[in-house]
Amino acid sequence: MSITKPGRIAYINARILDPASGFDGPGELLTSGEEIVDVGRKLFDGKPPSDVTVVDCEGQCLAPGLVDMRVQLREPGEEHKETLESASEAAVASGVTTMVCLPNTNPIMDDEPTLEFVARRARMLALTKVYCYGAVTKGLLGKELAEMGLLAEAGALAFTDATRAIADAQVMRRALQYCATFGLMIVQHPEEPTLATGVMNAGEIATRMGLAGVPREAEIIMLERDIRLVAMTNGRYHAAHISTADSVEIIARAKADGLKVTCDTAPFYFALNELAVGDYRTFAKLSPPVRAEADRLAIVEGLKNGVIDAIASDHSPQDSDSKRLPFPQAAFGGSGLETLLAVSLDLHHNGDMSLLDVLRRLTVAPAELLGLEAGRLAKGRKADLTIFNPDEGWKVIADNFKSKSKNSPFDGRPVQGRVLRTVVDGRTVFNLMADAHPRAGAKKAQAR
Amino acid sequence: MRDPAFPHRHLLGIEGLTPAEINYLLDLSDRYVDVNRGAEKTSSVLAGRTIVNLFFENSTRTRTSFELAAKRLGAHVINMQVETSSVAKGETLIDTAVTLNAMHPDVLAVRHPDSGAVKLLADKVNCGVVNGGDGSHEHPTQALLDALTIRRRKGRLNGLLVAICGDVLHSRVARSNFLLLLTMGARVRIIAPRTLIPSAVDRLGVEVFTDMNAGLKGVDIVMMLRVQNERMRGSFIPSIREYFHFFGLDRDKLAQAKPDALIMHPGPMNRGTEIDSDVADDVERSVIREQVELGVAVRMAVLEVLAKNAMANSASSLKRTGS
Repeated sequence: MSITKPGRIAYINARILDPASGFDGPGELLTSGEEIVDVGRKLFDGKPPSDVTVVDCEGQCLAPGLVDMRVQLREPGEEHKETLESASEAAVASGVTTMVCLPNTNPIMDDEPTLEFVARRARMLALTKVYCYGAVTKGLLGKELAEMGLLAEAGALAFTDATRAIADAQVMRRALQYCATFGLMIVQHPEEPTLATGVMNAGEIATRMGLAGVPREAEIIMLERDIRLVAMTNGRYHAAHISTADSVEIIARAKADGLKVTCDTAPFYFALNELAVGDYRTFAKLSPPVRAEADRLAIVEGLKNGVIDAIASDHSPQDSDSKRLPFPQAAFGGSGLETLLAVSLDLHHNGDMSLLDVLRRLTVAPAELLGLEAGRLAKGRKADLTIFNPDEGWKVIADNFKSKSKNSPFDGRPVQGRVLRTVVDGRTVFNLMADAHPRAGAKKAQAR
Repeated sequence: MRDPAFPHRHLLGIEGLTPAEINYLLDLSDRYVDVNRGAEKTSSVLAGRTIVNLFFENSTRTRTSFELAAKRLGAHVINMQVETSSVAKGETLIDTAVTLNAMHPDVLAVRHPDSGAVKLLADKVNCGVVNGGDGSHEHPTQALLDALTIRRRKGRLNGLLVAICGDVLHSRVARSNFLLLLTMGARVRIIAPRTLIPSAVDRLGVEVFTDMNAGLKGVDIVMMLRVQNERMRGSFIPSIREYFHFFGLDRDKLAQAKPDALIMHPGPMNRGTEIDSDVADDVERSVIREQVELGVAVRMAVLEVLAKNAMANSASSLKRTGS
């Protein structure tokens, strides 16, 4: 794909939403090259200069591109499930301009060459921006510390053992200490593995279905232990995809105690409960499992009151061979990228949160957690934008996903919120708007 | 009568020593440095006395240093390298102490892999005991020889800024050194990854740094510590490569220290792990060989004082028996 440097582009007639500044109102935005040059209510007095390309947003929302802080890549290693290209296309189709990938590739991202391979491939694709976590332990085996200092110098934003918990308390303690040496963050999959031997949430439904349960305590115990270790080491800790009511309480308490603790959740955990597994739907076999309705409500509450800092897609592509299996044998994980915005907007449509608040958890909040400049509409920032219609309804049809894997637990669900255009570094990388390719425009007209 | 300037029966650690006692030992050591550099190195100060080197841990340098020190003072020296085999035979540390004590040595120089073991042994014998290193606790003669090296080069200890870098967590050298330096009025920084910093060490009066460039800024002395290879494979440190990159002493990092800063290392060095050869062998800056030389003088001073105190002890106990 050839890259031409974009000129000056004016986005007019937009509803500008910038969670960082709290601005939500009609306005205009001017980019030049890769950067935002200006943003405000009226930049041009209705008359943009003639050398400026004009994009009429038709009153739709213009927001910072989404920052998805938890995406599983399958390249290198499992390209039949997802490639960097298919994941990047899925990302830009859903307004994601930055994605941060877990190190559970093959080879594992516990050395610099693998990190550099992904970075180079992403630069060549020039779609969404791709960053990586480094492994905390060598081979993600939970025993020996990986070269986190050198990995950070090679570009790793933070450290995690991906879908595995750092279970050994001594290893976690030393990992937190070692990361604190360099001011780095550990992202934990908070689950006590000796308790998490089941396949769905433990409880009445698991019992009825005859499936082994993963008790909520698996998450709660690991979080409580980790918080103690954070207090002991003064480390920087982030809990990924929390799923229980108690988890929200534990994180809230840790924050109140002044510990450097943050967390995220995924749409699965505020939009679904354990009933999604009914009829043995393996697409809803997730890790952690979707929980009881009371937990789901608590997660929504945690997002509302800010205890939960960010929303991440937890994109976990699995091919049909991994999912078309008896429930206990099927792989864990759900495709999440392409439903991230629309399902998150449920929080707005249901009246739980303002549009700006939902966007904050998808943009500036995760960017700040990871020390990224992204996620703001401000002068001098990179022009990473998304334009979307928050009200447009559509039905999730996983077969239409750009992602190679179709394992969405939201398949068939009616949602509201359609991404119309995605801009990365000033370049339009996804476009359903009127100025798009005629065919795409026609398709969009039909869709309306 | 015991030496009034150093009235202790044992030297088990730096902890508890006064600045005057430390200075007394250093002054005495200074005199032995001159003796050792002269033609006639041997005296009869401890003629007829028996010194036993009792080492429960492999050591070449420290044992040799004690042995040479004792021989130059005219004492009889016996080296006992107690390997794990005798532990396998079932003899406890206290049994060993009682057995040795029955042979009436004057001073025992003891090294043991467990912190506190030398104290346990000292409590069971009538002779003097010098701690040649116990676990991660203390290594007082090393701290004294380091202090002597610094004092001879810089003329003082008071007011100097000293950085101790590396595996402080497991290091008896670090503990003895910062205790001595703080007692003598120096300022001490420790610099290490957090995995190698003992908990609450700042409460002992040292400043803690995790960044070499920040920690070495403006220091007079850079003391490097040895990092054991078995701690470099992921338990405390991811790898030697990463450790050297962030914590190994090279020219770039050393540039932060004062231009006349001295480089010290208790040995044996891991070149390319904690120290670059280029820096270790710099004759202008590195005093690593001098440390080894002064070690003999310091141990002569310590053995002399302890042996004389031991004699006074047995004399007074004889007197008590007689009366």
